Amino acid sequence: MFKMKQSSLADALSANLAAAPVQGRSPWRDARERFLRNKAAVISLILLVLITLACVFGPFFLPHTYEDTDWDAMSLAPTLQNWHLFGTDELGRDLLVRCLIGGRISLMVGFLATLTSVLLGIVWGATAGFLGGKVDSLMMRFVDMMYAVPYLLIAILMVTLLGRDFYLVVLTITVFSWMDMARVVRGQTLSIKSKEYIEAARAIGVSTTSIIFSHVVPNLLGIVVIYTTVTVPGVILTESVLSFLGLGVQEPMTSWGVLIQDGCGVMESTPWILLFPAALLSITLYCANYIGDGMRDALDPKDR
Amino acid sequence: MWSYTFRRVLMTIPTLLLVITVCYLMLHATPGGPFDGERKLSAAVLANLQAKYHLDLPLWQQYLYYLKSLLSGDLGASFRYADWSVNDLVIKALPVSLSIGGGSLLISIVLGVGLGIIAALRQNSLVDYLVMLIGNIGSAFPSFVIGPVLIMVFAIWLKWLPAGGWDDFQLGYMILPMTLLTFINISTIGRVMRGSLIEVLSSNFIRTARAKGLGLSTIVFRHALKPALMPVVSVIGPLAISSITAAVVTESVFSLPGIGKLIVNGAANRDYTLVLGLVVLVTVVAVLLNLLVDLAYALLDPKIRY
Repeated sequence: MFKMKQSSLADALSANLAAAPVQGRSPWRDARERFLRNKAAVISLILLVLITLACVFGPFFLPHTYEDTDWDAMSLAPTLQNWHLFGTDELGRDLLVRCLIGGRISLMVGFLATLTSVLLGIVWGATAGFLGGKVDSLMMRFVDMMYAVPYLLIAILMVTLLGRDFYLVVLTITVFSWMDMARVVRGQTLSIKSKEYIEAARAIGVSTTSIIFSHVVPNLLGIVVIYTTVTVPGVILTESVLSFLGLGVQEPMTSWGVLIQDGCGVMESTPWILLFPAALLSITLYCANYIGDGMRDALDPKDR
Repeated sequence: MWSYTFRRVLMTIPTLLLVITVCYLMLHATPGGPFDGERKLSAAVLANLQAKYHLDLPLWQQYLYYLKSLLSGDLGASFRYADWSVNDLVIKALPVSLSIGGGSLLISIVLGVGLGIIAALRQNSLVDYLVMLIGNIGSAFPSFVIGPVLIMVFAIWLKWLPAGGWDDFQLGYMILPMTLLTFINISTIGRVMRGSLIEVLSSNFIRTARAKGLGLSTIVFRHALKPALMPVVSVIGPLAISSITAAVVTESVFSLPGIGKLIVNGAANRDYTLVLGLVVLVTVVAVLLNLLVDLAYALLDPKIRY
């Protein structure tokens, strides 16, 4: 009786298993759920997306351009009249459009320089980690050297000597933003190389390519994503510092750093010219920082 | 220890050589020579000038001459300010930067460590929230946003302090820039100190000390403080480097006649030799600072033996 019941239970269970195979939970889905539970990070992400969309598409819907001067409305306070929502600067240019256009430049430099420095960091770090030995220690010594250099000054020198082109600013920022990624990727590559599951995969005869793509790359990807989001605010900040010092893009083109510099000169009489771009830049940096923290918590649950 | 010191000192040489060489080559790659003025010089005068500055020699010999003059402490001549050598300009600007930057670094080490200790001992108290708030603001808001806000509040609305400028080390002109730099530094030091002290206080040897019946101040100052300070020492190196960056911005915000302002002005005027000289000078200072911090770290932490 009892025996029969047990076997019928087993039958039912196996039938059940055959009918509905267990849904695997990919680590990426886990990570997404953890990220979505983090309210601050989600709000930051939404805000950042909104700011980006406004910068990209906003200027098309506004009646002014970033270089048009309105001779009747110089240094105007924020007003609904004639759509000068952020007011105008001392040359009568609409501040809202200039903030959005400046945001385009700042975000674009941030995006491009992050991309290039992340790629450089991954290649450098993975090469050092895989090759190991003398090459590794030489490559990492170079990274140490780069850390000891006061980067802003070399960046100033580079911009002074090479000119103030948009792509040169990206290049200059890249040169000083890739080291963190290189260090992290090297460390991760080294530790993955000696993991038991790699050994186990080797032992059961998995090919090297398939080990690299199904075991090494996914484990590297998490940390790469984390450090990419952590790189973004630093890169945007560096661009703003350069353009604040007058070494970024040139007038009439603008970026948030340039606008803040302009605002500093007139903050006694027309403080909003300073406050709007400063607020936009600060919100963006704050959001980017929170997203980075959220990513770290979501993708690296061990590291709390 | 001595062999580590020796190797660590030796390691600074390639760093310095790399920076100097790259900067020098970049300078040479830019078009235009120092004597391409609006007035054409006669060939004989030009030849004499070039001979005086060794510009007629091949590049590697010029480079060696440059290294030789650097070793004797000569940073070269300024392109734009005729009659001024880079050294003259540095001697005028360095005291300003040193007093502002060095002074605020010292103040922020003392204040940051003190606040961090209080915050760690009294978690969720007012001081704790203050340290967290400063840390949050300092890590998210750039110095060139905090600086103008300080000016707006204390110089324009309250009219307590001058908005910028410099008057022969008068305290009024130094307070706002030093406040800005101190604030930024404390945001890091305070956070690191708080975190590491909390961690140390939860370790076994502290529990033993408590079990022995030692008082709180003995536990903190005799046992917990030294290991808790190690992470703080290790952030001071990077902090000194980022202080240099922050100082450039600060001097720009408050228009102080320091090294940073000199570099930014030099860059705006395309005064190549001035910028190169200043970059070399600051790099040497930064590399030496890093060296000192590393040596201090090795001296303080008995676990580290290279």
